[in-house]
Amino acid sequence: MHPAFSVVFFTTATGAGYGLLALLGVLAGLQIVPADFWLGFVGLGLALGLIAAGLLSSTGHLGRPERAWRAFSQWRSSWLSREGVSSAITFIPAGLFGLGWVLLGRTGGWVAIAGLLAAIGAIVTVCTTGMIYASLKPIAQWHSRYTLPAYLIFAAMTGSVLLNALLQGFGVGSVAVLVLSLLATLAGWGWKLATWRHNDRLEIPTTANTATGLAGGTVRSLEWPHTEENYLLKEMGFRIARKHGAKLRMLTQGLAFALPVLLLAATFALPWPFGAIPSVLAAIVQFAGMLVERWLFFAEAKHTVTLYYGR
Amino acid sequence: MTCLPKHPDKKLGLVIDLDTCVGCQACVTACKEWNTGGHMAPLTDIDPYGGHVDGVWFNRVHSYEHTTEMGGRTVNFPRSCLHCETPACVTVCPTGASYKRTSDGIVLIDEDKCIGCKLCSWACPYGAREFDTDVGVMKKCTLCVDRIYNDNLAEEDRVPACVAACPTSARHFGDLGDPQSAVSQLVAERGGVDLMPELGYQPTNKYLPPRTHTQRGASVPAKALEPVRAEGGFLGWVDRMLSN
Repeated sequence: MHPAFSVVFFTTATGAGYGLLALLGVLAGLQIVPADFWLGFVGLGLALGLIAAGLLSSTGHLGRPERAWRAFSQWRSSWLSREGVSSAITFIPAGLFGLGWVLLGRTGGWVAIAGLLAAIGAIVTVCTTGMIYASLKPIAQWHSRYTLPAYLIFAAMTGSVLLNALLQGFGVGSVAVLVLSLLATLAGWGWKLATWRHNDRLEIPTTANTATGLAGGTVRSLEWPHTEENYLLKEMGFRIARKHGAKLRMLTQGLAFALPVLLLAATFALPWPFGAIPSVLAAIVQFAGMLVERWLFFAEAKHTVTLYYGR
Repeated sequence: MTCLPKHPDKKLGLVIDLDTCVGCQACVTACKEWNTGGHMAPLTDIDPYGGHVDGVWFNRVHSYEHTTEMGGRTVNFPRSCLHCETPACVTVCPTGASYKRTSDGIVLIDEDKCIGCKLCSWACPYGAREFDTDVGVMKKCTLCVDRIYNDNLAEEDRVPACVAACPTSARHFGDLGDPQSAVSQLVAERGGVDLMPELGYQPTNKYLPPRTHTQRGASVPAKALEPVRAEGGFLGWVDRMLSN
């Protein structure tokens, strides 16, 4: 599948944004994170900024972005529509939560409830994003039980690493959050390795035989219907990643998981303000790594239409 | 609404005979000609006379070599929308632009509602939908909805353009929901198959597999050439001299 950068950035940014929003909502609501003005301003600003930037970016790959509002209508059947509705609704409790925390300086009472509702909205939205991909039967690498948990785990991972960077940066570092971000990164690493292992051993029942209805023997593409690449090949027949797959997987592991684990581990040993440097670096490096991961997620996915072209 | 009709009144579709299709591309050009002025018009061509031709087509004919223990053969394979009974391209549509008609089961796109998110083309395993980069919306086969009900055409012309154009009658149009229809009878008689049945899209269009090989034809049409026998005399001497 062709990895459109707008979609790669969208899922990575909203994943991190919703992860951070959910954690802030729960932890501030439960008074674990202090109701500090600057922490709330920067933290919620970052979370909502990432979400808004991601959602805006996602409209970048639309043929008719001016009609994007229509995507709120088909929530009864379409996961993409559900994602749109859920993301829009989540802005309401998230906005109230931000209002209470940043303007009124409190995170208890109704603000805490708004925070928890924002967290639920964030989790639901990430689920709908995952289901957009998990529900697509023609792409075996996506239509698997690994896809939906991956989106949730990666949102929790990038969100917690961002939260740790924020807390360390504001000098209110919490060992619990540091441990959480470390464990989430290890969980993400493990899940990604398990997913790759699963995908590499995938036995796809759909073949050139079932695609053409020609039973038995071999079906070899003799001639394409066209001489140049068409929309189907440009969008669904993307092959660059398969060529550099091994290298890109190493790059993903290094940036998204291994380096952040080392940097987060280093944070344990360093007092404030020095602990803030590796924490912030971990968040930045991991975000870059997740962009590569998401790019690979698209580029390694093989659509059944490629069978018609003998690819 | 992108929810699917539970029981379409009819299941209009195509039956494509892979035994008689000669890959002449007449259906492809007839489709393009009709539909570039039809319901989903235009079928934009980008850089049509340049080095990187691209464009929207509803129907594309592939050629395959099918090799079994019975031998090998070339199979020409027209590929277009199969107007599935459970088309995921419709249910994934976030705007309601894609829909399946209750009256005849045809899957269509309302161009005025399409936002060009391309998700429907990802959801279609058959590559039936093509994005028009110029207009910014998705396009697909309409089963010539503007021909088959068109009172301005003679009755025999009220079939999809591809069916009308086929010189070998490899394409048949009718109601596949009616077991008594000519197309349903043909499918039953020839063992018509679904494409990628394992994905569960339940395509309406059926493909008739090529007929099995028979032993009726001559196995070798002519005797192989034999080596020239050595001759005596002058010509034999010339042959021997030139062979040295």
